Amino acid sequence: MSQETKLDVTLNCPVRLAAQDSILLGHGSGGRMSGNLLRDILLPALQNPFLDRLDDQAIVHVGESRIAFSTDSFVVKPLFFPGGDIGTLAVNGTVNDLAMGGAQPLFLSLALILEEGLPFDTLRRVVESIRVAAALVGVMVVTGDTKVVEKGSGDGLFVNTSGIGLVSSGARLSADQARPGDRVLLSGTIGDHGITILSQREGLEFESAVASDTAALDTLVADMLRASSEIRCLRDPTRGGLSSSLNEIAARSRVGIELDENAIPIREEVQGACEMLGLDPLYVANEGKLIAIVDPTAAEKILDAMLQHPLGRNARMIGTVTETHRAMVTLRTRLGTSRIVDLLSGDQLPRIC
Amino acid sequence: MKYLDEYRDEKIARGIVAELVRRVTRPWVLMEICGGQTHTLVRYGIDEMLPTGIELVHGPGCPVCVTSLETIDKAIEIASHPDVTLISYGDMLRVPGSRSDLFHVKAQGGDVRVVYSPTEALKFARANPDRKVVFFAVGFETTAPANAMAVWQARREGITNFSMLASHVLVPPAIRALLSSPRNRVQGFIGPGHVCTVMGYREYEYLIREFHVPIVVGGFEPLDLLEAILMLVTQLEEGRAAVENQYVRSVTYEGNLPAQKVLAEVFEVCDRKWRGIGGIPESGLGLREEYAEFDADRIFGTEGVTVDEPAECISAEVLQGLKKPTDCSAFGTRCTPENPLGAPMVSSEGACAAYYQYRRHAIAAKGTH
Repeated sequence: MSQETKLDVTLNCPVRLAAQDSILLGHGSGGRMSGNLLRDILLPALQNPFLDRLDDQAIVHVGESRIAFSTDSFVVKPLFFPGGDIGTLAVNGTVNDLAMGGAQPLFLSLALILEEGLPFDTLRRVVESIRVAAALVGVMVVTGDTKVVEKGSGDGLFVNTSGIGLVSSGARLSADQARPGDRVLLSGTIGDHGITILSQREGLEFESAVASDTAALDTLVADMLRASSEIRCLRDPTRGGLSSSLNEIAARSRVGIELDENAIPIREEVQGACEMLGLDPLYVANEGKLIAIVDPTAAEKILDAMLQHPLGRNARMIGTVTETHRAMVTLRTRLGTSRIVDLLSGDQLPRIC
Repeated sequence: MKYLDEYRDEKIARGIVAELVRRVTRPWVLMEICGGQTHTLVRYGIDEMLPTGIELVHGPGCPVCVTSLETIDKAIEIASHPDVTLISYGDMLRVPGSRSDLFHVKAQGGDVRVVYSPTEALKFARANPDRKVVFFAVGFETTAPANAMAVWQARREGITNFSMLASHVLVPPAIRALLSSPRNRVQGFIGPGHVCTVMGYREYEYLIREFHVPIVVGGFEPLDLLEAILMLVTQLEEGRAAVENQYVRSVTYEGNLPAQKVLAEVFEVCDRKWRGIGGIPESGLGLREEYAEFDADRIFGTEGVTVDEPAECISAEVLQGLKKPTDCSAFGTRCTPENPLGAPMVSSEGACAAYYQYRRHAIAAKGTH
């Protein structure tokens, strides 16, 4: 069917916008815009071998020990939501970043940026959540800071936590370690956290039975490492979802990743909300899930260990690392066809109809 | 998941494709009207399952993509007023106008918000009487009734700080314009299922009498689309041209009569400029004179804003189904979702964005542009 219409126009799209000269919300999405921010502004200025790995944590040597070090800031709105609040997120988020390096989390710092007018009660509730979450993991908050900004300069409460942990001797986990033939494991259902937050947002409220999956994954990781040391890489697919984490791994390891759509567990409530809103659950945030890239010979053993753990009961093998289409993630759809799972540029936007 | 899995079944899909292979004797060019249908086709790789010779071209049914440059510029100008809160659907915020987009207005301190329903915008206006709340209403006949309802309700309640920048478009005049073009290649249409849920499909019978092309009103799930394609090919092979309804679980002949009533009460048919295509007579909906006090275009004096659409943009060819997104030399290189040069790269329903998101193999195959 090459009855080519003769084009009487030049093949150029002319509506070029001025280059982005300021921060847009999309720069915080965990997608391609966030990556560009690192590539263009942060990495050139601060380059060093630890930072260049772009893992969730840096692994530094101190004497004979390998120490994992990570930091994360939390700006969630609303502060309280089904399944948790900004306090539980702040502890679990940094604990998980350490755990993805194979580390046992030990100590946290806590920095609070408080907006003028924030009720004491709100702060007390959040601090209590932090206490409980830290106690559950067995980490101590050993240093901290508080700052107050004028009304209108913050969103009630911003939290930053940093943490250090001790890396277990066998673990050598990094996003550049995936090899063709490796298997991709996922610890449970995707999209729970992102859909929970979305369902609470002003202007978008909808009724949903789903709750955030926020959880500390350190003991799950410990069980997996005990089952086998043949784990190449661990990631917790937070903002940007499953697709962003897998795209990072594919790019850093120069491999392809092929997923099986039928194998990816999604709760009906999450699937339903995504269908209604026109969102793809592969891009929706999680706060208590992990992806593991593992050696094929150890995959079953590691999956078994995950299934035994309360946070891995819905674990599945969802894909394979391939030699083809390097630096790309593809998905075998339910119809048996194949498509790309790309990085999103900015935030996933609800569709019109 | 119930009511979804049934429409995404691989075995049934393969069965329909086998039936297509059996029936098709020559090449046919079909167009799906809706952006939502394009999205499903590309996301599930349905076009790749079809027998060779059945070509799908992607129609102008992405509301974000066809909203004219000057309408976007009007929205940007209105949103830049310090006392204005501009509210719209998510995709609209990233569409480039001639100089900026709404995300940049927001980054510079403009109050721009996203909602799922215009009644949320009305709720915001009620709660914030000191703000001038403007709802940026785009979309086809599908979104128009809810927008009409918001204006109707605002008038009933006497809410004076709510207005609407209305830029609705209608499907049948667009099909007429496509079929009237001397360069038209399309031999059959998958009709817009959600539009017809509201409007019914009586209007499409006139088109068939005029142009003798088959139209099958189709749904949005993979099996809906495959079945609609099979129904179209069957008609074409038999030399018939009729309106048929594949999407029977949602569409009736008459459509949604209460929705049509509120539409007619608030809106009237007007001429409309389509991005990438140009002016099409009687192809839009604008607020009636009786609702002029809710017309943001008048309130903010933006009626005079006109911008020439850049004549050389290939999005015109894409939206008319004359070209595939991958035929553009800028596709995937100078034009990407984070730096869109044209509107079809912006919305996830836009043909260029759908190709970029799901078909980037094509870029690799094209080499370095």
